[in-house]
Amino acid sequence: MKARFLPLAATLLIFLIAYAACYLQYPNMLSTRVVGNLLTDNAFLGIAAVGMTFVIISGGIDLSIGSVIAFTGVFLAVVLDSTAIHPLAAFVLVLAITTTFGGVMGAIIHYLEMPAFIVTLAGMFLARGMAYVLSVESVPIHHDFYGLLQGLYYRMPGGGRLTLIGGLMVAVFLAGILLAHRTRFGSYVFALGGGVPTARLMGVPVARTTIAIYALSGFLAGLAGIVFSLYTSAGYSLAAVGVELDAIAAVVIGGTLLTGGAGFVAGTLIGILIMGLIQTYIIFDGTLSSWWTKIVIGLLLFSFILLQKALVWASESDRAVLRRRLLRSKALR
Amino acid sequence: MIAAAQAALRRFVPQLIALATILALNALVFPGFFDIEFQNGRLYGSVVDVLNRGAPVALLAIGMTLVIATKGIDLSVGAVMAIAGAVVAATVAGGASLATALLFAAAAGIACGLWNGFLVAVLGMQPIVATLILMVAGRGIAQLITEGAILTFNHQGLIFIGSGAFAGLPMPVLIWLALGAAVTLAVRRSALGMLIEATGINRRASTLCGINSLVLLLAVYAVSGFCAAVAGVIIAADIKGADANNAGLWLELDAILAVVIGGTSLLGGRFSIVASLLGAMIIQSINTGILLSGFPPEFNLIIKAAIIVVILVMQSPAVQTLYDFLRSPSEVPTETPRQLPGEAEAPESLGRPQ
Repeated sequence: MKARFLPLAATLLIFLIAYAACYLQYPNMLSTRVVGNLLTDNAFLGIAAVGMTFVIISGGIDLSIGSVIAFTGVFLAVVLDSTAIHPLAAFVLVLAITTTFGGVMGAIIHYLEMPAFIVTLAGMFLARGMAYVLSVESVPIHHDFYGLLQGLYYRMPGGGRLTLIGGLMVAVFLAGILLAHRTRFGSYVFALGGGVPTARLMGVPVARTTIAIYALSGFLAGLAGIVFSLYTSAGYSLAAVGVELDAIAAVVIGGTLLTGGAGFVAGTLIGILIMGLIQTYIIFDGTLSSWWTKIVIGLLLFSFILLQKALVWASESDRAVLRRRLLRSKALR
Repeated sequence: MIAAAQAALRRFVPQLIALATILALNALVFPGFFDIEFQNGRLYGSVVDVLNRGAPVALLAIGMTLVIATKGIDLSVGAVMAIAGAVVAATVAGGASLATALLFAAAAGIACGLWNGFLVAVLGMQPIVATLILMVAGRGIAQLITEGAILTFNHQGLIFIGSGAFAGLPMPVLIWLALGAAVTLAVRRSALGMLIEATGINRRASTLCGINSLVLLLAVYAVSGFCAAVAGVIIAADIKGADANNAGLWLELDAILAVVIGGTSLLGGRFSIVASLLGAMIIQSINTGILLSGFPPEFNLIIKAAIIVVILVMQSPAVQTLYDFLRSPSEVPTETPRQLPGEAEAPESLGRPQ
């Protein structure tokens, strides 16, 4: 097996072992109900994390997604509350806004040559501020169409429900995998992560790709916001605080290199599921406190980054050995 | 000597102008802004309030400046604040003396900083990832110490640190002024500051020059952890309790912002602690100004975002290039001996990677 698949394999292995351990303690963990809930409860985080994966593979970071999710929820709630617009039209409108928002951040990052960290930090303040301006209070959404969407699910054998939003997350992940690993845009993203000057020399349209990456992240954050508003039936400007950190953690646990240039969209899905599994286990256990989630995720982050470091060292020493052999053979000749 | 002082002053011109503008705006929307009263042995007034409320961010900015100067970043300071607050509250509630409690909190902060430094300097992790680990796990650890509750205490000595006054000034103000002065003197009156800058510009080259960059990085992150611990103790003492969930929440972003406003580049290298402290005061003046003006607090974040964007655009390398291009060719600094005195480099280049 190639070394570059090792992080992905390790993540998958840890997920399977953890699930098996949970199953041995609580046999009900394997029921389709738990699996269905795992997908539904983490749907918004998963969708946002797909966008984050692209951003991180390209060597950037997007701190704004939590705020964008909150903004989307508040925007939808306020629009549906005060106008007669159909939710679908509101969805299109809000996705256009968040996509433009991401694109503008990408343009600032590229044209003003500013670090993504600080630009998206400003974006985070701006999106959260816009949400505050729309409404400080939590606005409930009562719309028949929302009820219809929330009632849509596919009953899996065993009584588990694959809800619309859970299914949407899986669909987004499949689309993300295709986009990252099977399209020209995907290879541009990987090339950017390998180094901007190199990518430019290879003929990657750097400006267009950077803007598209952040626009994609904005679009997916908007989609995650729609899912979140379906999930909670409300818009609240203080919601989804810190989601960007959970998303980054999921991406890293999923085996994507935070320096950019290497990673897997599928790994992010497993990362999300591992984090969801920890929470499910805590609920099943009933005596553990929620802060253990944070500590365990911190430990997981640490061990995965260590694993990646070890892999990089290993491949570098491989290369060193090769170089030495090459030199020796030249000397012999 | 006078030339050096002038150069140093010129370095702070953008920050001073920004601060003066915002203070003037504050005075415009709230006429009594500059009024200061002396009551019960301490000063009261909006300006004193800015200095007092800005204490946590100012303290964090001291450590953050050093970390950013080494081309790093410390995302964990908010979580470290929560840990230090929890430690100090738990020790005091356990009946220990104030000195012990403060010692424990400081030790916790330094330990957190050393952990970050270990990940960055020894394991070679990217600083943003290395400190993300503690940022995520740190609040969990703090909750572990407080056992999930808000740990309250009624220790007069500790409360004095948060809300007492000495020589007319609130304690938090004195603490950040003293710590800022101490760290500035330590790095500027010795070669330390220059070594930190060298490490930030090129760690490998400075190691080859004989700088012990490993120890330097460890020390810098430890200082950042210590500053965060002091800020955490002040916040806990101010509310008479340790709130593991909310103490110092998102303050790491404000601290980074203060450093960026202060003109220290995120790409490492030349830094100024005084400018970062001015940056922290600028942020606090904005916050206080919005509160005083009766403007809805909802606009707080939008105004903050707008100000960051303006400052970013001013500091961006692309705009710098344009500026250099537009200046008449005779003024553009060239590689002549005129540049050699070094320190007198054009102050407009603030924030540009050297």
